[in-house]
Amino acid sequence: MIRVVLPAHLRSLAKVNGEVEVAVEGQATIASVLDAMEARYPMLRGTIRDHVTRQRRPFVRFFCCEQDWSHEATDTPLPEVVASGAEPLLLVGAIAGG
Amino acid sequence: MSQVRVLVGTRKGAFTLTADGKRDKWEVSGPHFAGWEIYHVKGSPADPNRLYASQSSSWFGQLIQRSDDGGKTWEPVDNKFVYDGVPGTHQWYDGTPHPWEFKRVWHLEPSLTDPDTVYAGVEDAAIFRTGDGGKSWEELSGLRRHGSGPHWQPGAGGMCLHTIILDPSDPQRIFIAISAAGAFRTDDGGATWRPINQGLRSGSIPDPAAEVGHCVHHIAMHPSRPGVLFMQKHWDVMRSDNAGDLWREVSGNLPTDFGFAIDIHAHEPETIYVVPIKSDSEHFPPEGKLRVYRSRTGGEEWEPLGNGLPQKDCYVNVLRDAMAVDSMDSCGVYFGTSGGQVYASPDGGDNWAPIVRDLPAVLSVEVQTLA
Repeated sequence: MIRVVLPAHLRSLAKVNGEVEVAVEGQATIASVLDAMEARYPMLRGTIRDHVTRQRRPFVRFFCCEQDWSHEATDTPLPEVVASGAEPLLLVGAIAGG
Repeated sequence: MSQVRVLVGTRKGAFTLTADGKRDKWEVSGPHFAGWEIYHVKGSPADPNRLYASQSSSWFGQLIQRSDDGGKTWEPVDNKFVYDGVPGTHQWYDGTPHPWEFKRVWHLEPSLTDPDTVYAGVEDAAIFRTGDGGKSWEELSGLRRHGSGPHWQPGAGGMCLHTIILDPSDPQRIFIAISAAGAFRTDDGGATWRPINQGLRSGSIPDPAAEVGHCVHHIAMHPSRPGVLFMQKHWDVMRSDNAGDLWREVSGNLPTDFGFAIDIHAHEPETIYVVPIKSDSEHFPPEGKLRVYRSRTGGEEWEPLGNGLPQKDCYVNVLRDAMAVDSMDSCGVYFGTSGGQVYASPDGGDNWAPIVRDLPAVLSVEVQTLA
């Protein structure tokens, strides 16, 4: 299982507390994790990435192992510690706005 | 006993304000969707327990929420607003072509007869429709594909479709308005549309008789007289007696030529309400006095209504969807401000009192009169 930490607003939307866990078929990548997240929590569709272009929304970023993965290709395999569930993938809302 | 439910959308959440028919003691519920911008909340005329809310944020985009129990609980429904076909371009602020890009839902208009049918007005300007209670949305693309579409240009607030009016006497007829393209009407259920902007005068556009390019702020219609429309425009208050085919100015003695909100008394189709605002860059009430203006003559002759409203040092704004009326025997009038106040008058505007004073900036106000 892959552990994912959502921003507070998306935790409220998905009606979850703390981390969520999703199972990914095949290789663990940003794209496959988001696919699994959106399948399990359909209300998140469109909130992390655009419905049509599948591009990350500008004020959402991806972090794992203390590295910014926001600009990595979304089919890049995630680190083994994330794929194994030892470390979480963090979805972070930008600290901006009023 | 009758009950009134006021649905308030704000910059940081939605609130419901309820009172009995006296409308003097209010219960405040919320914030719902705390922290999110709620551009609009509206109930179905066919089922008052069915509510729809437009929820959005710069971070996480657009959501649509639906309640089947009058706002006690909510569930997100489909939020996929995808333009039909290749969207094409409209004009950008500098006159260059700019691709159509979905940004948010400004206005939700439930069908008069079917709780599962709702129209959504979006930015960049287009109208969508759901027939399954929000499970899916489909664009009525005849509007955006109107020949004038490539010439539409955004107003300062974006190129938003902010007004949708359904004709109770003709299910095929819908009126919409776009800033800053103007007003349009369909007579075939949304398949084809025609601009209805003749008679509008907009100071800064080169051709005063231009088919599009008018900054319409809001339109109101009384259900008993669907051919008569009242419009608050960037410049002037206008009236049409032929379903928008031709407009004439009825600003009369109003203190400014600018404002956003306009509405009509529930039982008196010639009684109109506006909130004059100083144009163009200040956007607050003249003289620091918050006053609703009422015309009992369908325009031209207006009287200020300020009893109970702040009459000094008041510099708030009232946005286009932030005024509504109830249908109690003594018509209630409501509006919300950029300062977070929601004011109510239970007597048609003669006397006002705040329901709440310290909400986030109010984006929209709708009212349900419940049996």
